[in-house]
Amino acid sequence: MRTVAVYSEADREAFHVREADEAVAIGGAPARESYLNSDRILEAARQARADAIHPGYGFLSENWRFAKAVQDAGIVFIGPKPDAIRRMGDKIEARRLMAAARVPILPGSLTPVANAAEARRAADEVGFPIILKAAVGGGGIGMARVGQEAELQSAFTTAARRAQGAFGSGELYVERYLERPRHVEVQVFGDDSGEVVHLHERECSIQRRHQKLVEESPAPNLPAASKAALTSAAVAGARAIGYTNAGTMEFLVDESGRFYFLEMNTRLQVEHPITEEATGLDLVVAQLRVGSGEPLPWRQSEIVQSRAAVECRVYAEDPTKGFLPSPGTVSKLALPSGRGIRIESGIEAGSTVSVHYDPLLLKLVTHAATRAQAVQRMADALDACVIEGVRTTVPFLRRVITSDEFRQGRVHTQMVEQGAFNA
Amino acid sequence: MPEDIKAHITGVVFQIPTKPGDRVAAGDAVIVLESMKMEIPVEAPRAGAVREIKVQEGQTVQEGDVVAVLE
Repeated sequence: MRTVAVYSEADREAFHVREADEAVAIGGAPARESYLNSDRILEAARQARADAIHPGYGFLSENWRFAKAVQDAGIVFIGPKPDAIRRMGDKIEARRLMAAARVPILPGSLTPVANAAEARRAADEVGFPIILKAAVGGGGIGMARVGQEAELQSAFTTAARRAQGAFGSGELYVERYLERPRHVEVQVFGDDSGEVVHLHERECSIQRRHQKLVEESPAPNLPAASKAALTSAAVAGARAIGYTNAGTMEFLVDESGRFYFLEMNTRLQVEHPITEEATGLDLVVAQLRVGSGEPLPWRQSEIVQSRAAVECRVYAEDPTKGFLPSPGTVSKLALPSGRGIRIESGIEAGSTVSVHYDPLLLKLVTHAATRAQAVQRMADALDACVIEGVRTTVPFLRRVITSDEFRQGRVHTQMVEQGAFNA
Repeated sequence: MPEDIKAHITGVVFQIPTKPGDRVAAGDAVIVLESMKMEIPVEAPRAGAVREIKVQEGQTVQEGDVVAVLE
């Protein structure tokens, strides 16, 4: 198979541009001029006579209009149908669909709340604290925890304004806010015949700003009964919407082990390598096959978590300053290698880390027969990482991986913000 | 005594919520930078009036650049 990369002016020298068989420039450094510009990308695809477009996991990957434009241009979109992306992208509609499929959802509103008064009525039903969320949101933008009624008015105004600015819609809804939940997600995969399987779960509770830093598979300390209920709910939810290709059903699990649907990511996830390492299966190859109309390459009974895998996301951020961005030039880079180590990197020595894009530099993945070995391998791998020129999350990740809480698998989504891993 | 307000990170000027003459409190956002998909306010170090805004929306600023001056 031949590959064609697209790149912006800022990425002219980027690693992915040289790795591809062919590369097409699509515009200026700001993403809206290039990576978010559907027309430019379609033009590049036509120019290169591409049969298919893989949207990756950023930018337009969950944009149903883009998926539809690709389809309409007679090119295969490697992902779900535009309609599935649209329905799950509307977080309120997703809640309604999942509730109808008997997937547990958090108590809260099933329609948008138009103002603080309506939010208050919804909050009265579920009880404070609540969380306000953007109906067409993502990435934690336009989200606000509201501890008590007195905070509601100003939280509502701010969240609506931020949602409007980021997504072009200020529509909000209300959910009960869980204290100290875990984030556990299930990888699902469907094909055109309607078959849906799961590739087990990932634990992704170590987060900052609602974005993940460390993930692992299997999830530690998840009772077999909870795991079975989670995976079958995930498959039922995906089936209910006729989901095809790779997707992830995200759940929050409370301290008693009850779980609630959070949202669905209708694309390949950043953290897919841990599922691949835990199961020994290649998700991207399966995406290409299923995208070409082939049936799923595996039966459910063939999908086994035979290893433990951990991923650390190395970001160009300064963990000592609240994870502030740290753009710059990578002056020195030395990465670990060897048995049980997989690295997915977008940088090399001399790379410029631009202000225009996400700060993710690379993903460090380790795997082993047991969780303890995989975690130890990660600790060693982080020790061997040398990245100079930009500040990174590596020192912070070392503290997470070597902490008692992480080693014992006692984690929840608020730990980083509560300072559990501060130096 | 006028005081320079410097960018604490490298980024692109995303918003300028203040203008010369505006009174700001310590901690108010004088300008907002965007860097790596995050919006980061550059805050007034103390209360005072904005004397000058030295940047425009869309402009790239480096860490340490003066973005505004307080009266």
